[in-house]
Amino acid sequence: MAYSNKVIDHYENPRNVGSFDKDDASVATGMVGAPACGDVMKLQIKVSPDGIIEDAKFKTYGCGSAIASSSLVTEWVKGKSLDEAQQIKNTDIAQELALPPVKIHCSILAEDAIKAAIADYKQKHGG
Amino acid sequence: MNYFQLFNLPASFDLDLTELGSRYLQLQRRFHPDQHSAGSERDKLLAVQQTANINDAYHSLKHPLLRAEHLLALRGLKISNEQRSFTDPMFLMQQMELREQIAEIEQSADPDSVIDSIERQLQQQKRALLQQLAAALDADNTAQDQLAADVIRKLKFFFKLQQELELIEQQLQD
Repeated sequence: MAYSNKVIDHYENPRNVGSFDKDDASVATGMVGAPACGDVMKLQIKVSPDGIIEDAKFKTYGCGSAIASSSLVTEWVKGKSLDEAQQIKNTDIAQELALPPVKIHCSILAEDAIKAAIADYKQKHGG
Repeated sequence: MNYFQLFNLPASFDLDLTELGSRYLQLQRRFHPDQHSAGSERDKLLAVQQTANINDAYHSLKHPLLRAEHLLALRGLKISNEQRSFTDPMFLMQQMELREQIAEIEQSADPDSVIDSIERQLQQQKRALLQQLAAALDADNTAQDQLAADVIRKLKFFFKLQQELELIEQQLQD
């Protein structure tokens, strides 16, 4: 199976790899995993007091498509409000990266990761 | 199809693998297409199909995770093709840490001892989870079946880590 150029680009030059201090009040963390392939994805967002995602970082152990999906999502969410980021759909990720059907679950994982991070933020801030 | 019935074994997670092996060989001999070479085309086709079923069944019952999944499927809980993300943060954090340890093996001054230490952790965790799985499946009720499904999901991560570790070990030896 051939990876698309966009997947290869994100895989070779992943954007926003790393971590924020999870004890920072403005930081929220989403952790998700896929039992079938053993992939683990951590996606963190740094949110301004007015609810805008200022920065995002990820760490993913998994295949090229999983890494590319999480890398892309960290790029997409920057500058978005939490509500806007909540709207990101796995189908948009899959389409942007031209993922083949067998790799759709990687985009689902990335969507679930951003949703988990937003939920973590809302829980931390009593929303 | 009930794989346990095929081998005439009790539908239980705690399975006698030696017995499974010998029944597999018996069935395979009985349905081997060569035994049916004198039969009609239909008989031959049935023998081929039956052999495929027997192989699938044996493969599924031999592996603890596939056996557990089959047992749950027989009880009406199908999880083998699910695409749902796993979201237990504590468990995933631990997976992340193990992944980090595995990623650092190659830079280590003594890779063999790091591999041994990770291997021990994996074995210990797997053993504990397999015990939980056996107890949950043994209870044979809906709540415990749900718990068993969750333990299977966790075990899949550990089997995957084991594979990755073996791959690295192999690469280091070459």
